Amino acid sequence: MTERVAATPGLYPLPDWAKETLSDLKGHQKGDLLSGDESEAIVEQYDEVRAEYVDDQLDAGLDRVVEGQGRWDDMIAHPLTVHESVETGGIVRYYDNNNFYRDPRVVDDLDFSGDVAAELESAVELIDGDAPLAATLPGPYSLAQLATDEHYGDEAAFQAAIAEFLAGEVEAFPAHETLFLVEPSLVTNPPAEGEESAATDAIATVADATDAEVVVQTAYGALDEKLYAHLVDEAGADALGLDLVAGDRDDTVYNVQEFGATDSLALGLVDGQNTLVEEPETLAERVEWFESQVPAEGFETTYLTPNTELFYLPANKYRAKLNALAAAAEVLE
Amino acid sequence: MVRNPSANREQFRPHDHPNESFLLTTVVGSYPKPKWLNRADELVDDPESKFDDGDLEEAHDDACRLITHEHERAGLDTVVDGEMRRNEMVEFFAERIDGYEFNGPVKVWGHNYFDKPSVVEDVTYDEPWLVDEFEFTSNVSERPVKVPITGPYTLGFWAFNEAYPSTEDLVYDLADLVNEEVEKLVEAGARYIQIDEPALATTPEDHAIVGEALERIVSGIDEEIRIGLHVCYGDYSRIYPEINDYPIDEFDVELCNGDYEQIPTFTEPEFEPDLALGVVDAHTAEVEPVEEIKANIRQGLRVVPPEKLTISPDCGLKLLPREIAYGKTENMVTAVREIEAEIDAGEIDLENPLADD
Repeated sequence: MTERVAATPGLYPLPDWAKETLSDLKGHQKGDLLSGDESEAIVEQYDEVRAEYVDDQLDAGLDRVVEGQGRWDDMIAHPLTVHESVETGGIVRYYDNNNFYRDPRVVDDLDFSGDVAAELESAVELIDGDAPLAATLPGPYSLAQLATDEHYGDEAAFQAAIAEFLAGEVEAFPAHETLFLVEPSLVTNPPAEGEESAATDAIATVADATDAEVVVQTAYGALDEKLYAHLVDEAGADALGLDLVAGDRDDTVYNVQEFGATDSLALGLVDGQNTLVEEPETLAERVEWFESQVPAEGFETTYLTPNTELFYLPANKYRAKLNALAAAAEVLE
Repeated sequence: MVRNPSANREQFRPHDHPNESFLLTTVVGSYPKPKWLNRADELVDDPESKFDDGDLEEAHDDACRLITHEHERAGLDTVVDGEMRRNEMVEFFAERIDGYEFNGPVKVWGHNYFDKPSVVEDVTYDEPWLVDEFEFTSNVSERPVKVPITGPYTLGFWAFNEAYPSTEDLVYDLADLVNEEVEKLVEAGARYIQIDEPALATTPEDHAIVGEALERIVSGIDEEIRIGLHVCYGDYSRIYPEINDYPIDEFDVELCNGDYEQIPTFTEPEFEPDLALGVVDAHTAEVEPVEEIKANIRQGLRVVPPEKLTISPDCGLKLLPREIAYGKTENMVTAVREIEAEIDAGEIDLENPLADD
């Protein structure tokens, strides 16, 4: 019997009040973005934001609760942009979106930071045992793609160093049920043929650092078939996360039929980049339809997730999307 | 196919123009708002304040009059009101088009947000969007008024599409609405329309969608009406020579920002519409000296002859301090008039315009 779990990798939009208070406290320019050693006044604002995110998720009834990553000004590049061995360069485009982040230029050894672990500790206190925690990190492949190496000097060494760094961060995390590794670059800028294993090794390095169930969440369409096969076999993921909203869904179905799947799956069902709120019944049908395409006995767990981060949405629609996911899981019970 | 720019250019030559040559001077549109206008925009939302919508309208009128006159004082041949009534280039139009709704701000980067609207049903045309502001500006101006309109591609792709099977379908419906608006503006006396499509710079592979949208926009629009297209900084080689097929009179580019490295892109094959060349940088807060701007203008002569060259700033100047925006505009016009005189005097080799004479 497949367990259905409604969850998100986080990266939520700031509540509207916090958009105002934080832009007043921090400013609008590049130099004003989060450095990791923010003032007490800013910390307090983020504490309130985090509490609101936890309430939003508990109110919606999600099966995993994330910290929400309100502090991640640079989206999934955050763990690097607040790192001491990183200098931030210009503002660069975040995937194919009208969004931008600071180019993280790695200039020294990526040693332990603990920034994300500290966020998660705060979240655990707020959740207070009401739901299992899910942690989120960028996947090492995407993080290496989003960053600039000015220290390691070699692409493979850089990717491996980023993987080691992320693994070290994971080891400091409080107990978590699920770890999302967000990996959009696997679709948008896949490894060259023959270099897939370097990417999957890097992911496995991070996955091995936790006992939690690991979801490697891809986005922006279907994976290339060869890469897909490598990911299933080698990445150490309990679940691959597949985008069923963007791109050609048939390609994803083909991959799963042709190459099998991880024991569990995460389905990107809810459109993280459109305000149209899906009906829970429609989402539930899509889950059953996708599961029926796969010639397996059934999955251990199917995660019901958005296809991307949710920060692209206005705050009211982000909440509506959480509710839709949780309600869809209920329809399937 | 390109429209007929030579059929509409001369109407903008001022009767007292000092030179035989005429390089049309214009602006892209936006201009720094006076501080008091920003305060007024906030004050009207303050329930404690007596400042009401009528007061705000008066403030907008005053600001439009002020900036239009500032443009005239700088010597521009065609003027804009500096878009004093507009908040943001998509929001402003989405508020006027039925079918859009607003849910709140979304992040662009850091703490910079944009009230990205959602299209929740078929877009339709209700009241005119810009006719009142055109008539106002036209009445207070001695010079012809250019009307910038955010283009349908940008209005479509910088919104959430909840209602149309594809955003391309939405863009074409929006293009039909822009056509209706252009017709109304023309009826009101407008002779110079500029379609702004910044979204094309980020997705140049969609150039055919923009081309089809432009066909709809200019449908039935007489050749006396000058239609420009402005696309901000991007890799122009991705949309050139395709833009030679666009039904426009003028293509306005931001090249000063990139030090004219992309000029050779436009020299082969031959550039067909008139070229509106940005010659002052909209992102640097220093006024370029006249001599430097003159050198920039010569870059444009590598692409088109003087009778096909329009001169403007790179982009809207709204993010600059106001005195810098004015200084750039004034120096730009001075540089143009000097270049015209030098062309008249045969001091510039039009075959090799960068050469020292």
